[in-house]
Amino acid sequence: MSRSPRFARSQRKAIVSGILCIVLILVVLQLWLLTATMNAFLGGDTDILLPAALASVGCLALNAGLLWYVYSLDR
Amino acid sequence: MSELPGNLERSPGDGLPRAVGAEERPAAGAASPSPGAEWLSVGPDGREWEAQPKWRRDFPIDSPRDEYVARRDFTKFMVVISLGFVVGQFWILFQNALRRRTGAPPVRRIARVDQISVGGSLGFEYPEPGRSAVLVRLGDGRLVAFDQSCTHLQCPVLAQVDRGRFYCPCHQGIFDLETGRVVAGPPERPLTRIIIEERGGWVYATGIERRTG
Repeated sequence: MSRSPRFARSQRKAIVSGILCIVLILVVLQLWLLTATMNAFLGGDTDILLPAALASVGCLALNAGLLWYVYSLDR
Repeated sequence: MSELPGNLERSPGDGLPRAVGAEERPAAGAASPSPGAEWLSVGPDGREWEAQPKWRRDFPIDSPRDEYVARRDFTKFMVVISLGFVVGQFWILFQNALRRRTGAPPVRRIARVDQISVGGSLGFEYPEPGRSAVLVRLGDGRLVAFDQSCTHLQCPVLAQVDRGRFYCPCHQGIFDLETGRVVAGPPERPLTRIIIEERGGWVYATGIERRTG
């Protein structure tokens, strides 16, 4: 016997759209981070390389968590 | 779930889009569909199935289903892009480690001090062979040296001493002759400065100074 989902179809649509917006914002943030880091590296400023890489990893972890949540909505 | 165009509806079986009025896709293991089978929707050019070329009828692909990207799929794609950016960040870290391993640039003799007249310039290679740099004697007699690669797209810049600037002919980038800072054009970083010293009547290059602004 299948379990009914927690949210109605229209609710899931809103949730997935919202999560997609957040993921897009995070990806744009990562793009900016990468270009700024590359500019700093080419300019000889190496202090920010590791913090920027860690921040990017944090964004990826958030994105992966949100993706996992999106797929968990259907279960 | 996203909205579908007017000519598509959602299949009751698998929830994927299909042409309005099309029959359900046959189950797996059923007889293979003949070209023009009812469950196929329109081709990529929108014409009827019978009007499609023979090669497309021989190898039928349901284009609306094939091109359909759900929000979930797009989110997954964005996460892959996100992973790509992380790989890029670590590639920069790796390049920085390689740069550190090469150590400080060497001390290299460039030219005699009296070899360059006021307003003159001399090309040399530093810090490694093939890396062009230029030594310039300014109007007040001081010597300055910069890497000749434009910080925009690595085109060689030209020293225009009479106009007090370095000029990049590729995209009209202009740098100040004395400081190497960007005056105009697309470059965002100043020219890499080469540290020079005068010893015993000779000019030596002793290091490089990369700058962000």
